[in-house]
Amino acid sequence: MAGFYIMKGDGSHDRYRAVAIGGSAGGAAALETLLSCLTGDFPLPILVVQHLHPADGGAFSRQLARTVAPEVIEPCDKERIEAGRVYTAPANYHMVVEREGTIGLSIDGKVNFSRPSIDVLFESAANAWGREVTAVILSGASADGTEGMRAVRAAGGRTIAQDPAEARYPLMPQSAIDARVVERVLPAAAIGQLLHALGSREKAAGPCGMNLLPYG
Amino acid sequence: MKPPQIENIEVDLLLEAIFRRYGYDFRSYARASIERRIRQFLADIGGESISQIIPKVLYDRDFFMQLARRFSISVTEMFRDPFVYRAVRETVAPMLRTWPHIKIWNAGCATGEEVYSLAIVLKEEGVFDRATVYATDFNDEALARAKEGIYEIDRLREASGNYQQAGGKSSLSAYYHARYDAVAMDSTLKQRIVFSNHNLVSDHVFGEMHLIFCRNVMIYFNRELQKRVLGLFTESLARGGFLCLGTKEDLRFTDFSGRYAVVDDRAKIYKKTVADG
Repeated sequence: MAGFYIMKGDGSHDRYRAVAIGGSAGGAAALETLLSCLTGDFPLPILVVQHLHPADGGAFSRQLARTVAPEVIEPCDKERIEAGRVYTAPANYHMVVEREGTIGLSIDGKVNFSRPSIDVLFESAANAWGREVTAVILSGASADGTEGMRAVRAAGGRTIAQDPAEARYPLMPQSAIDARVVERVLPAAAIGQLLHALGSREKAAGPCGMNLLPYG
Repeated sequence: MKPPQIENIEVDLLLEAIFRRYGYDFRSYARASIERRIRQFLADIGGESISQIIPKVLYDRDFFMQLARRFSISVTEMFRDPFVYRAVRETVAPMLRTWPHIKIWNAGCATGEEVYSLAIVLKEEGVFDRATVYATDFNDEALARAKEGIYEIDRLREASGNYQQAGGKSSLSAYYHARYDAVAMDSTLKQRIVFSNHNLVSDHVFGEMHLIFCRNVMIYFNRELQKRVLGLFTESLARGGFLCLGTKEDLRFTDFSGRYAVVDDRAKIYKKTVADG
């Protein structure tokens, strides 16, 4: 895990405000594995885009809520983003982050044949949280997420891909790795442990301050 | 200053320029979605920065129209969320029957898929003939397409399953005429629909309504504008009138929840319970 945090000249490191996770085929199982490593008091919000059937009707979110400790919500438009909650994008909507710290939903056209699209979430998260967001790409038979990971990297955020060797469908993490926008490649459980450690460190560091608006 | 901070300034300047030059106010749109649309537009025309296109927007009306089209495109399908139309059929229509004449407003009708779906349900429930349906949008091009009512046949095929799930009493094909790869909606559906330009950002109440259908429109607005529009709707609705929002829009997150009763939580159908606005 050494080297994951950027150490500033004064020895302190950057704070984190949010985690964004994208998954497609095989992603739901990896997501469960990952989130099972976290406790209910995880100090950051987690935003998830998992590609879903348009008629999912919240079933994915309800299933996930039964299996992991943090509270899982399929949000409505303009819901306030709170620490320790997992927000899963509803089927047939794109989910974005607004800079004031709320969820935005849209029915704009599909991106990468997908709605919700991982790129759409990651790009908005990069815009809202800049270097303070960590993006994770999981199993999938799609290239969705690669451009979003690029945006997160460009904004100075952290990027992690599930190890394609472990992923049920390696294409999606591999696509991001090939685009050279991934910092760490790990199995899903190790990503969960890494996030757990990051969360513990955030908790130890105390409240993050009131500033949810990195750019005012 | 980081690039996203600079871009934020550029977006402010662009939206301000559009407002002051053309009177269209996108400043109170939900920011993340409009930013994405601007970035896409920029990528399509091969532009390098948002500030670069501001002079062109100011001096070239056609160029502005191209961009404005991007802002107003909304992609919906007929009978999206079939359970909503089922709820209109089973819960709302019986109540609508108690009024001798009913006025319905589909606010932000875009290219019309929703208003035709609604018209079909009302027709099957025997209330269409006593209804006037106002389908409004601020985008004249979208409105013209809605009025035309011509859609790709593939999209109608997709919708026909949803129509059945919505409790359809016939076959969706009974309501359109197919020609090659396009279909035209039946003219009897249009007889009671009035298509007209109305801008939710700046225009006012134009009549007392018994049902307002405004799904997935306010998700593109910020809180302030959303509040204005909900005020407009509340003022427009007759006492006991219905408001139907998108399935992920919840009155609980607004200042208006006290004036409505929940009719169907999943379908986001509300009933106005107070006498005035």
